[in-house]
Amino acid sequence: MSARSSAFTPRRLYRPLIYAALIAAAALYLLPVYLLLITSLKSFQEVRLAAMWDLPAGLSLESFVRAWVGNKAQGFTGLAGNFLNSIYLTVPAASISALLGSLNGYVFSKWKFRGSEVLFPAFLFGLFIPYQSILIPLVVVLQKMHLYGTIPGLIFVHVVYGIPITTLIFRNYYASVPTELIEAAKIDGASLLGIYRWVLFPLSLPGFVVTLIWQFTAIWNDFLFGVIVTSRPVVQPITVALNNLAGSYVVEWNVQMAGALITALPTLLVYIFLGRYFVRGLLAGSLKG
Amino acid sequence: MRRLTRDRLTSFALITPSVVAIAVFVYGFIAFNGYSSLARWDSLLPDFTFVGLRNFQKLFTLARFQIDVRNMLTFIGLFIPACLAIGFVLAVLLDQRVKGEGLFRSIFLLPMAISAIVTGVVWRWLMSPGTAETGSYGINLLLEQIGAGFLKSGWYTDPQFGIKAVVIAAAWQMSGYTMAMYLAGLRGIPEELREAARIDGASELQIYRHVVLPLLRPITFSAAIILGQIALNIFALVVAMTGPGPGFSTDVPALFMFDTTFRGGNFAMGAAIATIMLLLVMGLVVPYLIHTFRSEVQV
Repeated sequence: MSARSSAFTPRRLYRPLIYAALIAAAALYLLPVYLLLITSLKSFQEVRLAAMWDLPAGLSLESFVRAWVGNKAQGFTGLAGNFLNSIYLTVPAASISALLGSLNGYVFSKWKFRGSEVLFPAFLFGLFIPYQSILIPLVVVLQKMHLYGTIPGLIFVHVVYGIPITTLIFRNYYASVPTELIEAAKIDGASLLGIYRWVLFPLSLPGFVVTLIWQFTAIWNDFLFGVIVTSRPVVQPITVALNNLAGSYVVEWNVQMAGALITALPTLLVYIFLGRYFVRGLLAGSLKG
Repeated sequence: MRRLTRDRLTSFALITPSVVAIAVFVYGFIAFNGYSSLARWDSLLPDFTFVGLRNFQKLFTLARFQIDVRNMLTFIGLFIPACLAIGFVLAVLLDQRVKGEGLFRSIFLLPMAISAIVTGVVWRWLMSPGTAETGSYGINLLLEQIGAGFLKSGWYTDPQFGIKAVVIAAAWQMSGYTMAMYLAGLRGIPEELREAARIDGASELQIYRHVVLPLLRPITFSAAIILGQIALNIFALVVAMTGPGPGFSTDVPALFMFDTTFRGGNFAMGAAIATIMLLLVMGLVVPYLIHTFRSEVQV
């Protein structure tokens, strides 16, 4: 009892310090988000550098409109079309790669074969490679396949390079499904595909949610493949368009910030509403989940 | 028995497309890139004449590449320890049964959900130093306003500061990741272990030093590898935030590779830079993969 109370006294003392440290850290993490929000909500008259940290006097959506539709006089196109490109790209790519990952994960966890314990790490290696080391052949091969410069081409690229992570997430997920369930279904005469369809797939919803969220976020946020595969602005995803918009110095800061917020919004919303699945995907990336 | 063989065939059929895709698009492409780095291909027209290590010899003499290597060492040397330390401290703080833990955790992880391009655009503005006529902007202005003007800096516009500015933005984005890993690790340590140490008269600090930290060593190891791999591949953040910077002071190999290949048209040289990047990442990751899967087989 005495040991317990002596352990508790310093803890009590530390308590306000712990909260102070956490609140200070949270404030620092939120600082860029605060600036992003207040800047994009200011009207053009209100944007003065000396007052850049002050709250806006009222809510103005001017900057968002400008970032969305663009400004012909300044010669920049808005992000509207690129936002749609990113949706056309991200939704199918995330769905296809989740389905592939589920099938691969099923085989790697429940139908191990001789060599699968070598093949699986060989897949995972693809998770870590610098994509620079495949870019040159990628461009050459996509041109040969007539997929270069197109959204389907970009979907294809994300599906292929999504295989390692989606396979990993599903393999770890299915490893937690009791093998007895599979064995029982086998005894009942179910085939490999039957077991997947009737036993495993109905249990897979959390695995699919984690994988879809992870791939959605990764593909939406991707820049490298987008900038390499799509050169024409009309097919570029939003990250590439935002980078172009921010790189042209004619565009005001508040329009840049509004554009950044528009770009960040879909993944931020997913994170805010489905954050715990996002964290699970995150930890799956450290291999053992 | 016959049914089992059919299932076996089905299982191969299921993974064959992925195996082929990985074999071609990862391993085949790496081989293609590796060969390109030994070829003459220095313009848009492919030229696979073998020239040996000539591209590498030339690469090592280029000033930009030497600066990039130095920048990368600085980046790795600051980014990994920063993320590990910040992540560990935040995880320990959150592990004290605090109210609002979920909210704090969400705030620290929020930057992970954002594109590196967005991070770069926002931090470029935050770290714009301002000019003599306009006065300070961004962080410098904030520092002046809170009476800490002596901390003002030219940030990424100052070649001396250079890549360190990118480290700050990258640590903002990624340190939540190490926090999540450490927090998961802390939650996995049985309370009895700490309780036992307490009964033995250990202070809370001693418990963290002698009980918790050693138990978290595998997590520190994994996190360092993953952060190292992220650092070696860093690209989008630099593109959006600074570009190569004054005197290449914020340049990294990934950006050099991109410029050389897709802007400069020197494919063989680009392939050589990519090969060096790949070898560095392999040196880090391959032992890690072998270690991870060897221990898994034993379990």
